[in-house]
Amino acid sequence: MSITQNMLNAMVKNKIEFVTTVPCKQLSGIIELLENDERILHIPSNKEDEGMGLCAGAYMGGKRPCIIMQNTAIGVTINTLVTLIQYYRMPLPILISYRGEVGEKVQCQVEMAVHTKALLEQLKIPTYHFHEPKDADEFDGILNHTFMAKKPVAILTDANFWSSIS
Amino acid sequence: MIRADILKAIIPVISDEFVVSNIGLPSQELHMLDDQPTNFYMLGTMGLASSIGLGLALSQKETVIAIDGDGSVLTNFGTLPTIANNVADNFILLIIDNGSYGSTGDQPTYAGGKTSLAKVAEACGCENVIECKASETKDILETAIKSKKMTIIVSKCESGNIPVPVIDIDPAVIRYRFMKEVEARN
Repeated sequence: MSITQNMLNAMVKNKIEFVTTVPCKQLSGIIELLENDERILHIPSNKEDEGMGLCAGAYMGGKRPCIIMQNTAIGVTINTLVTLIQYYRMPLPILISYRGEVGEKVQCQVEMAVHTKALLEQLKIPTYHFHEPKDADEFDGILNHTFMAKKPVAILTDANFWSSIS
Repeated sequence: MIRADILKAIIPVISDEFVVSNIGLPSQELHMLDDQPTNFYMLGTMGLASSIGLGLALSQKETVIAIDGDGSVLTNFGTLPTIANNVADNFILLIIDNGSYGSTGDQPTYAGGKTSLAKVAEACGCENVIECKASETKDILETAIKSKKMTIIVSKCESGNIPVPVIDIDPAVIRYRFMKEVEARN
């Protein structure tokens, strides 16, 4: 079974039933799997802060949420992370394509990559970084930890990770 | 009528329903007039009342009313295509459109100018879009709840505010008591 499918299965195992996405090329595989998985309601959003609003509503409605987005969206979502997700103490796994790392072809992506970990650290968001395929083994535990802690948690997935598993 | 008059008028209709209310004065007015555990007060994050409301409506069976403002819808325009394309028949978006940013000093919005939020919602694909006068809001909202059809109501009213106290409930408490009610009714 593919690592991407295993990641989706880890979401289901952790009772995630509501996932919103804003696409990224690196994430196209997992988004396609998600769209075709009847165990999870997939609601694409137009902007990542809107997506986090949807996730907050889903959580309060009794469905565990997850958002899948690109690291450039950290800039879009800082206020929402702080004044909605953290302020109301809500759990939210954030699966992030970490663009702009080694293997990147688009120069502009590097500009946000250099700020990504610093911003997450400033926001006190627990952050995990998937670089090798085996790192995905931790996904199940990270999701479990997220809902226990009731915090937003970032999982950065870089170009090496996605190119190694596809 | 101003926004607070509309809220007063609709309280008999929304008091026992799940309500997600917009940041700033709308939440403070609702809190002062009729505090309920079924009210989710937004204390920050301008623009996301409709998104939170839709996520909630898609995740459980009870009726959800998001009370939004014209300024907040303008700041999160992406919400309307998402609502249109993911129909939740237990969801009502009530946009109280006073043509101004009420909480920040009544600066005019474009919705008070050339932009029609009802037409934008229709162009985004929303069905059951109703623009009404402030005085009609209560009856239209009541009918929308009974219809069990996702409805967008744009209630046009005058700009203006009443003095209100701040909401002195911890955000985690607002969320916790709201979730307990959702759990109990589902």
